[in-house]
Amino acid sequence: MKKQVVIFSGIFLILLFVLGGYIYKNQQTKKLGFLAQEHAEIFVRPHSPTLGSDEAKVYLVEFMDPACETCSAFAPFVKKLLADNPGKIKLVIRYAPFHDGADYFVKILEAAKKQGKYWETLEVMYQSQPYWASHHNPQPELIWRFLPGAALDLEKLKNDMNDPAIERLITQDLADAKALNVTKTPGFFVNGKPLVTFGDTELRQLLEAEIAAQYPR
Amino acid sequence: MTLSDNTSRANWTILFLCWLVAGVSTLGSLFFSEIMQFPPCVLCWYQRIFLFPLVFILATGLFSGDKSVARYALPLAAAGWLVALYHNLLYAGIIPESIQPCSRGVSCTEDYISLFGFLTIPMLSLLSFSSILALLLLLNRRFSR
Repeated sequence: MKKQVVIFSGIFLILLFVLGGYIYKNQQTKKLGFLAQEHAEIFVRPHSPTLGSDEAKVYLVEFMDPACETCSAFAPFVKKLLADNPGKIKLVIRYAPFHDGADYFVKILEAAKKQGKYWETLEVMYQSQPYWASHHNPQPELIWRFLPGAALDLEKLKNDMNDPAIERLITQDLADAKALNVTKTPGFFVNGKPLVTFGDTELRQLLEAEIAAQYPR
Repeated sequence: MTLSDNTSRANWTILFLCWLVAGVSTLGSLFFSEIMQFPPCVLCWYQRIFLFPLVFILATGLFSGDKSVARYALPLAAAGWLVALYHNLLYAGIIPESIQPCSRGVSCTEDYISLFGFLTIPMLSLLSFSSILALLLLLNRRFSR
């Protein structure tokens, strides 16, 4: 009789443990959504700049290159997508600086992030891109003429650009881009699903499908 | 030594309670580390080292009815209680963290949970070691009487 009590209590406790674990994991998955997925970190690293609400359930991950014309041309469209779905989309910027010398611009962006001027600087960079990134005659130094437009402390920016952490972050992003088979920029992922056929309509469709799945009416 | 049925039943119940506390604490600690993924700090590991075997030793005692189980379990409970006490003093800031040996890896004073404002993980550990220790001491006294 006594032995049974011990055995049954033991089994009961272990069942409680398993059940508790199951409930906890379920709750976490609900709370974190996409981020709870396996390998989610390959899409969103802690260092990645993000734009949008923390409550957003749809992660739009963009592998971009500051010197890429299509990224620049796409930027207003991405902005519009975010504005059209307030609070539901979180934009995550990942770097895939495939153009020669594009690392330089990533460093400027990351240094600007330390001054809290990341998105302003990205905007300025995209807009001035035709001047400094011309294909037959790239002149990266020309960017400095435009940077004051983002109200940056340029001296501090020049210092922060040399932070070895930025170098490591680029290496990590490039490794993730490779793992995810991103060979062209911009490379988009919506909650881990790749944009297979490139185009603005296709991106909007992919996003809207994921929003409908995450925010059922 | 002949014990009346009543006394022996009471003793068994005390031992059983003791085992329950150890079992719940073990599973609880595993829940924190394996399910909630809190990395255990060095001091937590020492407490676990003293806690986990208690479940098996006490269960063996429950099955065999061997009275020496209280004496075998006591050193483990006492050692675990001491580490838990030290951990709580550290946590409360009574012992400065600079003189403790676990600055490597996970900090022993990092806040993970605090239920009702005061029940931290080290506090839970101290509570469970205290109750195990108290029950074992009581049992030991009853057996040696």
